[in-house]
Amino acid sequence: MKDLTRSTPKVDHEEKCSGKSVFVSDIHLEGMLFAKTVRSTVAKAKITGISLPVLPKGYTIVDHKDVIKENVVNMIFSDWPVFATDHVNYIGEPIMLIVGPDKKVLDDLVPQIKIDYELEKPEFGYFHSSIHKEYTKGDTKLAFFNSDRIIEETFETGYQEQAYIEPQGMIAYPEGPKKVTLIGSMQCPYYIKNAVMRTLGYSEDQVRVIQPSVGGAFGGKEEFPSTTACQLATAVVKIGRPIKMIFEREEDMLVTTKRHPSKITLRAAIDENHKIQAIKAHVSMDGGAYLGLSGVVLARAMIAVSASYTIPHLDVSGDVYTTNTVPTGAFRGFGAPQMIFAIEMFMHHIAKELHADPFTFRLAHLAKQGDLTSTGGVFRDPIIMKELIQKAAEISDYHKKVVAYRKPGSFKGVGMSWFFHGCGFTGDGESSHIKARVKLVKDEQDHVFVLIAAVDMGQGAKTSLKRIVAQTLDLPNEQVTFNNPDTDQILDSGPTVASRTTMIVGGLLQRAAESLKKAWIPGKKIEIIEKYQQPDYIRWNEATMKGDAYPAYSWGVNVVEVEVSPITYQVKVKGVWSVYDVGKAIDERMVLGQADGGITQGIAYGYLEVMRHEEGKIKQKNFTDYIIPTSVDVPVYQTVLYENPFPFGPNGAKGVGELTLVGGAPAVALAIEQAIGKKINKIPATPEFIMGLLKHE
Amino acid sequence: MSNITFKLNHEEVSVELNPSMRLLDALRDHFHLTGPKEGCGEGECGACSVLVNGKLVNSCCFPLANVQGKEVLTIEGYSKTERYHVLVEAFAHEGGSQCGICTPGMLIAAESLLTKNNHPTDEEIRIGISGNLCRCTGYNAIIKAIQRAIKQGAGLW
Repeated sequence: MKDLTRSTPKVDHEEKCSGKSVFVSDIHLEGMLFAKTVRSTVAKAKITGISLPVLPKGYTIVDHKDVIKENVVNMIFSDWPVFATDHVNYIGEPIMLIVGPDKKVLDDLVPQIKIDYELEKPEFGYFHSSIHKEYTKGDTKLAFFNSDRIIEETFETGYQEQAYIEPQGMIAYPEGPKKVTLIGSMQCPYYIKNAVMRTLGYSEDQVRVIQPSVGGAFGGKEEFPSTTACQLATAVVKIGRPIKMIFEREEDMLVTTKRHPSKITLRAAIDENHKIQAIKAHVSMDGGAYLGLSGVVLARAMIAVSASYTIPHLDVSGDVYTTNTVPTGAFRGFGAPQMIFAIEMFMHHIAKELHADPFTFRLAHLAKQGDLTSTGGVFRDPIIMKELIQKAAEISDYHKKVVAYRKPGSFKGVGMSWFFHGCGFTGDGESSHIKARVKLVKDEQDHVFVLIAAVDMGQGAKTSLKRIVAQTLDLPNEQVTFNNPDTDQILDSGPTVASRTTMIVGGLLQRAAESLKKAWIPGKKIEIIEKYQQPDYIRWNEATMKGDAYPAYSWGVNVVEVEVSPITYQVKVKGVWSVYDVGKAIDERMVLGQADGGITQGIAYGYLEVMRHEEGKIKQKNFTDYIIPTSVDVPVYQTVLYENPFPFGPNGAKGVGELTLVGGAPAVALAIEQAIGKKINKIPATPEFIMGLLKHE
Repeated sequence: MSNITFKLNHEEVSVELNPSMRLLDALRDHFHLTGPKEGCGEGECGACSVLVNGKLVNSCCFPLANVQGKEVLTIEGYSKTERYHVLVEAFAHEGGSQCGICTPGMLIAAESLLTKNNHPTDEEIRIGISGNLCRCTGYNAIIKAIQRAIKQGAGLW
């Protein structure tokens, strides 16, 4: 096969530049109505009454009574109602839709709808556990008993908002008397299809989902769009006309899923040779009012506990706590950013406590090929972290800077994070839960169609997956078509999540293309279907969380340099250097694009992006008060990719998207820590937080 | 309702609309020009950027009445120019566009910058596009693309 690492222009580049790309908000259908959501204004209450204004002609209320089959949104854990019935559990919970022809009239009507509540005491914080998980490796008790020293610390992380620039949006319309079609901003067409089928009690052929252009997602369009889809589908069944619902930014910030706030306690047993023999860990995550996929986020966080290190004995537990706040959910990294932050700071802090050089101390614990993973699986493939670390140190001049910035009052710092990311679904998710299938069709004109559910939300899946097919078949790219998913045409290749698209879906497409190549007869229509098969070596026990949690791991190193203002405590990021092992890149420029975007979000998670709630009410409403990096906040990035081809990945590729985020926060926090000479155990490290640390001298 | 007459992408147009309507809504809903996007509705993200008499504005915060007698250029009009093609080529080369929701606005901001200053420094480029948020690229590729366009399109601005 030709080299897929070479970059090519993205297939949709021109249409995105010219504004011709069609996003959901750009779509107008004949006779289309609009919908607004009436939401709970209280954190926890019984609904005792609803009084409606006199509705103008053509305006309709849609609520739980209109749900024709099951008032639940299908997810990994299906506990979100489509509409609240007699209870509300968070501020912003949908109670009803109001649907009509004029958006302005809808805006006027919403505040006229009065909901009477009997208030109940809301719960916040880490008290009410709804999911508990635990696993062990080795004999932690014995290791603690034999230890020379025990060090314990707690780390806390806040919310993070995906802040895609295109807000959530969905259109639903009737297609014939008993079929509903949905077009929306999404990552997972089949999550939506399955959810709508369940809510309406419809069969496979009665629900169709179409993906238009998606203006950024980052996990925020993984499970959340299923909620709006179920609401609108219910409305379409009642009203029988196309209905469009586009969120305004404030609504989007207040009510959509966010990254889980967390509290992580790590306790290390250290022997007389300064080796960590055991870690006992507990992960607390704030799941908000409904669980959705929080359990899977928790699992990924727990499994990431030893990150790029090998620790012989582990005792890891975790809980998702239910609170009366907006549900938290998928966000690039999916639990790993919280844990990577905690363990990287912890390793550094332990070294300091032991008066050891942090770099050497961490190096002595680095994972090697053949080591057991946290869950007792095996790191089967070569681990080239030492080379990555050396390269990162070299291009950033890390060692010199660490010494130079050590002098007190420099207010400069440099931090280095080491990390990995498990590629694809956790555990046996791919084989037990997703069961991906891809389809290639060659028509009589020998044109090949890629019929899969993968969504291009900016990462370039349309370009890279098409290239895998074209190059495997030795065809020019123009002879292969990959349109946006339409569930009436495609097979379910799984959700566009978990850094699985290139590695898993791309791998399936490569195999399908190889089969098609063998079966190729010019002028004859040929259809090839390829199904996911778990590699034989993967063993995973979901109940005990033991075995190979992932088929492959991507690795990385980030170095961040900062200056902290001694007057305002503002942090200025001065330099960012990254080195990654993503197997072998498919389209290097697109991988570097992922790297730039990921590290930007990761660093901002560590020092800039603040979101919090007060008594269940999210305080940030727009980009005026939820600050994401602008062009003047980011320095020049330098990124190097190392090749370490994964034998089972297409072109040797492993996962990319999430890896590039997870190391940002600890790298910037370690840099700030050096600049101010104080330990950081909580992010984001805002100027106010830094001031607090420095005042407690 | 009032009559508002202005030049839209080099063509004279005249409409009977509410003068307090947002320019963005007039462009998208009335003229079906969907290149300008609504990302925040508060003038923070720049996805709705257009040029009014050559000046960069957030059309989500700009009343329609204020374009009376003026020239409005959206991405639809700008995309017919040579400068646009130089920028698009440079954005492709550097990977300056990912999801594409900010891209039309980003190109309009780049055009506004380069017409005022055809040899901006790195810092001036950063300031020039600082009103346009991008969540995908981390801006590095966009800045490089603008630098590249300056070289490739020498003499155009």
